[in-house]
Amino acid sequence: MTQQVNDNIVDKSIKRVHKLEAKGVKVFYDDFEAIKGIDMQIKANKVTAFIGPSGCGKSTFLRLFNRMNDYVDGFRMEGEILIDGENIYKKKVNVEQLRKQVGMVFQKPNPFPKSIYENVAYGLKIQGIKDKKYLKEKVEDSLKQVALWDEVKDDLNKSAMALSGGQQQRLCIARTLAVEPSIILMDEPTSALDPLSTAKIEELIYELKQKYTIVIVTHNMQQAGRISDYTAFFYLGELIEYDKSKKLFTNPEKQQTENYITGRFG
Amino acid sequence: MNNIKANRLKDQIFKFWGIACTLLGLVLLAIFIGSILIDGLQRIDWDFITSLPSRKAERAGIYTALMGSVWVLVLTTIIALPLGIAAAIYLEEYARKGKLSSLLEVNISNLAGVPSIIYGLLGLEIFVRILEMGSSVLAGSFTLALLILPIVIVSTREAIKAVPQSVRDGSFALGASKWQTVARQLLPASFGGILTGVILALSRAVGETAPLIVIGALTYVPFAPESPMDEFSVLPIQIFNWISRPQEGFEVNAAAAIIILLLITFLMNGIAVFFRNKWQKKLG
Ligand SMILES: Nc1ncnc2c1ncn2[C@@H]1O[C@H](COP(=O)(O)OP(=O)(O)O)[C@@H](O)[C@H]1O
Ligand SMILES: [Mg+2]
Repeated sequence: MTQQVNDNIVDKSIKRVHKLEAKGVKVFYDDFEAIKGIDMQIKANKVTAFIGPSGCGKSTFLRLFNRMNDYVDGFRMEGEILIDGENIYKKKVNVEQLRKQVGMVFQKPNPFPKSIYENVAYGLKIQGIKDKKYLKEKVEDSLKQVALWDEVKDDLNKSAMALSGGQQQRLCIARTLAVEPSIILMDEPTSALDPLSTAKIEELIYELKQKYTIVIVTHNMQQAGRISDYTAFFYLGELIEYDKSKKLFTNPEKQQTENYITGRFG
Repeated sequence: MNNIKANRLKDQIFKFWGIACTLLGLVLLAIFIGSILIDGLQRIDWDFITSLPSRKAERAGIYTALMGSVWVLVLTTIIALPLGIAAAIYLEEYARKGKLSSLLEVNISNLAGVPSIIYGLLGLEIFVRILEMGSSVLAGSFTLALLILPIVIVSTREAIKAVPQSVRDGSFALGASKWQTVARQLLPASFGGILTGVILALSRAVGETAPLIVIGALTYVPFAPESPMDEFSVLPIQIFNWISRPQEGFEVNAAAAIIILLLITFLMNGIAVFFRNKWQKKLG
């Protein structure tokens, strides 16, 4: 317990430039090597996009940062993942605690089959928070952050399943924000949405980066160009190129990157 | 061209064959229910339900057997529900998928097909003799609980499995533990499905006769059970007893008791269907 308190003090005093770090990371699914040795540093309060063809390991790599691969049968990892300088795969790490700090938004909107209110309050309730007034404020606050409040404020007790896809995805972002993470991982959050909802979410991501470190997997190169500060191009389990998005999209160093962004393969 | 025609003909033939089979089943059921109703309906009144058994057919009632059935039903639920649901949760969410868990899986499915009299023998040995419960309501309830446990487990697993993986992902990603995810997401979301399975299992239990006869349930009890350790009878045994008597009046009694038993079963199935529909709407 004292250990944790000390860690927090360290976090606040030194504002790290690199929020997330991968050191010599390899991932195996049984015998298949999905990530083939990646070293990478991700900057705090920036949006970093992962691009690359399907099956190149973007989701696998992203899910290392909140240990969501832990339940996958046959999953095995080598190397280190550091958050604020701490290896999150050490034995004593509390995975539940970690996931409160590292939120995640999924490809397909996945609201719980519960009311809108319960969806947003869930992350707080499981922490044992029961104070109704606090929960209410937090729910309102989170829904306002994703610009959903005005659309649902009279229907908080209605089922979240009745919302449109775009609204559902914003709800999922709101429920992630409610637990106050410092990092948000997004795995193709707009790939199941219409252009209008996509635009709303992109706008939201742009606003969120003031307060959060955001890593987003996207299939859509225009999207990566629009919203990200940095872009990483993955291919067949390797990190091919990683640079400022402007640079990567206008003047890539590697031939493979150029082929991909000009649509010559993938 | 000819081929298409031939296929269409086969289609038609199969359709009529199917309709004929369905009709046959329905007609047989209607005849059965009709004859029972004709025989027994005029016998059913409040007295029939609240009277103790008697040697005289026109004075005998089903009170003790009905109460026995209610006792057994309640106790069986109390025993089978937590065990079955816990086992299903373990198998579905906690057990590592491997040889052991698939072995367990196959065996549980097989248990659902074991003849009920075998459960009676098991109950006789374990509950009546070794655990010295005697031929009590409790022993009967444990025996029936064993009998329906596989059904409860299998249907609970199906219901839990029907909750999309994305719900688990969402819950874990917010920092929920496995137990919190089970208790706050999976069980509430699968509640309707679990209830449906449990009610169907219980409606099977309420009609079981053989295992209870084996453990020594009585065919004639003068009093309704007042505690779990009391001796008891149940409706199907009462029916069996009446049917096997030579006097004509008892046959009418049996028909009337069958109507009551059918009513209970239909009611339970109706409740199960209601919950299933409600639950499907919620998830969809
Ligand atoms: N649970 C799993 N079991 C086995 N192989 C997997 C699993 N998940 C992903 N893979 C494999 O790992 C590779 C990377 O997958 P993924 O990370 O989903 O790629 P991306 O998100 O870039 O499309 C793919 O070849 C995929 O088939
Ligand atoms: Mg992916």
